[in-house]
Amino acid sequence: MSNLIVQNRRPELATFTAPLSGLFGAMFGFVVGNVFGNPWQGALAGVIFGAALAVVLHMAPISRRNGRLGTIAICLIAGLVIGGVGGAVGGAIIGAVLSWFVYWLDSGDYRAGSPIYATSLQVLWDNTFLLICGLIFFFLVAPLVPVMWLSFNAEDFFTFTPEMLSFDPEGYSLKHYRSFFGTEGNPLLGLILGFGAGVALAVVLRVMSGPREVLGWVAPIISLTLIGLVVGKLWGVGGAEWMTPLKNSLIIAPIATVLSVSFGTLAAIGLSQSHVPGRRAIMAILISPMIVPLIISATGMFFFYAPLGNWLEATFGLNQSFVGFVKVILAHAALGIPFVIITVTATLVGFDRSLTRAAANMGADPVTTFFRVQMPLILPGVISGGLFAFITSFDEVVVVLFVGSAQQQTLPWQMFTGLREQISPTILAAATILVTISILLLATVEMLRRRSERLRGMSPS
Amino acid sequence: MKLTKTLLASTALTVAAGGAIAEGHMAGDMTLVSWGGAYQQSQINAYATPYSENTGVTITWDESSAEAVAKLRAMNEAGNITWDVVDVVAADALRLCDEGLAMEIDPDEQLAPAPDGTSAEDDFGDLLVGDCFIPQIVYSTTFGYRTDMVPEGVEAPNDICDVFDLETYPGMRSLEKRPINNVEWALLCDGVAKEDVYDVLATEEGQEQALAKLDTIKDSVIWWSAGADTPQLLADGEVFIGSTYNGRLFSAIVEQNQPIGMMWDAQVFDLDGWIIPTGLSPEREARALDFVYFATDTQRLADQAKYISYGPARLSSAPLVGQHETLGIDMAPHMPTDPENAKNTFLYNYEFWADYRDDIDAKFQAWLAQ
Repeated sequence: MSNLIVQNRRPELATFTAPLSGLFGAMFGFVVGNVFGNPWQGALAGVIFGAALAVVLHMAPISRRNGRLGTIAICLIAGLVIGGVGGAVGGAIIGAVLSWFVYWLDSGDYRAGSPIYATSLQVLWDNTFLLICGLIFFFLVAPLVPVMWLSFNAEDFFTFTPEMLSFDPEGYSLKHYRSFFGTEGNPLLGLILGFGAGVALAVVLRVMSGPREVLGWVAPIISLTLIGLVVGKLWGVGGAEWMTPLKNSLIIAPIATVLSVSFGTLAAIGLSQSHVPGRRAIMAILISPMIVPLIISATGMFFFYAPLGNWLEATFGLNQSFVGFVKVILAHAALGIPFVIITVTATLVGFDRSLTRAAANMGADPVTTFFRVQMPLILPGVISGGLFAFITSFDEVVVVLFVGSAQQQTLPWQMFTGLREQISPTILAAATILVTISILLLATVEMLRRRSERLRGMSPS
Repeated sequence: MKLTKTLLASTALTVAAGGAIAEGHMAGDMTLVSWGGAYQQSQINAYATPYSENTGVTITWDESSAEAVAKLRAMNEAGNITWDVVDVVAADALRLCDEGLAMEIDPDEQLAPAPDGTSAEDDFGDLLVGDCFIPQIVYSTTFGYRTDMVPEGVEAPNDICDVFDLETYPGMRSLEKRPINNVEWALLCDGVAKEDVYDVLATEEGQEQALAKLDTIKDSVIWWSAGADTPQLLADGEVFIGSTYNGRLFSAIVEQNQPIGMMWDAQVFDLDGWIIPTGLSPEREARALDFVYFATDTQRLADQAKYISYGPARLSSAPLVGQHETLGIDMAPHMPTDPENAKNTFLYNYEFWADYRDDIDAKFQAWLAQ
């Protein structure tokens, strides 16, 4: 098939490019005007600037690159004059986006994503569709940006101070990170060990699977460094306000996950056998914690586990704190089981039953068959179910508030009370650290998964 | 920090020595319930750290005072009390006491006498408002305003009625999302004499009158429910003036250097203190009583004022109030009880609100939703 090179027609300036650029400029003008208290004047200025920019870039005999650099420079200087360093950064961003938009329209690139025979309305829809996708991502990610930004605030309030907005180093500090980590423990040692382990893992990955993207180097190093930091910190943990809850979360979540995964997988395998009587009813009961409002389950669990705990304490002489952990872990395991059942059941649909019969035919007992034939094949479902179960326990605040006592205070609990009682930005530092760790952990897990697929000769999917 | 800890510990040792004989019969760990934030930190510094250094007791904190009544009821029903000593406001202590969820205390038997030998009963005086309540601090609900948002050529607000004066002081206000305090202030500024406020409030018309006065500023009010909200709103410049606990404003002004001024007029005093839940095992109860004896003695209450601007509940502690632990400023002028600040004050009317709270609450919430 020969490549057909289509020269897009350059659209009309007066009826298309200039008005649309004006409209786009108005959006930025509105936002900037809002900062200075008169959004509508800003919008008007934005219309004029956007349209004028379209005219100039359309007419001027300069290359695309120089045109964009010029626009960025002009907006940067204008921003600097109006709003200092912060204004300059904002101006440069506006200049870059606006000039990109003008060229995108003016050169006809906006038709690039649609087939050549598409009508104007179809092109409009294609681009609207892309815009909607972009907005969905924006609404998912944008709320995290101010959280991360504010976590470097030098003040004890959730406030963008003038110093922060003008990128004055005075307005920033790491004090909320310091108060998150407290003063005890040995984070430096953990950091060094974690960094070493991360480098080693990255090198091993590199040797075993050849060259890879930058992320393949960075993700294992940073994630293990951070894990080392946290572990080092927890080593000698005392009464630190945030470290004890973190430690409790790291005790409760993994054990609850192991329980959910074991029971959930067994249940899913059992329930996928056609001869089990009443399996729909059993399934419904097992999945109910996911459907019943959490606050109802939590109230029920409170009254269910209280006498159970009292009985354990009285009969076996166990101490209160240990029994508390047992109660919270069991409650969280019950919440995690439905996720495991659902993901494992879904993977079992694609599992070929004749494989188990073949294994039996060759003399393997059911347990061997399970671990050597069935388990490896349904492992992806088990792992993703386990991840969901872990996140459920790690993020859970309602049940632990009811079932746990202060000795089992978890990280979400601490965040909840911290937010209600003191509104301290330490919570933002905690959130930033958690988000970073989970992104890097998931990236590392993904790297490892791709590596094993490559080793098994499968193509990465 | 280290030095002060050891100093505190050594003074504490002499006090605790008396109780040491009974040590064997007491639990080795305890859970204290408080409000979190700077207030809990002041309790940790002044009471808990010295106490655990003396006795080796492990202390766990639970920041659940806000829902202490509900949680204690649930724990009692489930027969599993996990709290040993609970910090609550006086009104909650009275409710818990009435329901039999808090233990009755004999001040002269179970609390420390003043250093000059005055009995605890006389030392706490009128502040012993219930049979179960062990007073700790006096705090006030009062106003803070943005000093840089006061209109040009106008005096800074210094009268409670300035809150209701949108002409002179435009801008948003923040008020607590409950009738208590707000309705009293509204009536005061609607021409009711201070001594008649509760008589008027007891009538249907009086309640209507208070809500009608609040109606005049309703569109300019942000309602808060946590003590940290108003300082945050003031720091953001979202409100011009707002009510909150005086200690929160102290920390925003003095420790965070925010451009905020205090408006003490018609501040409402309230009490905060400990209760011990009923139904503890004998070892835990002995431990709780031992802690409370230590934590509410004259020196400990005075120590707490080094960290937060709430007034100690004992008369004998007042002369011992010194300077802020880290900033070195005199704490006395920041206390709500300082004569300069306490020219026009209210005391939370426990009896009135015990009788009328549910009724006025319902009306207030309905009014809010209109």
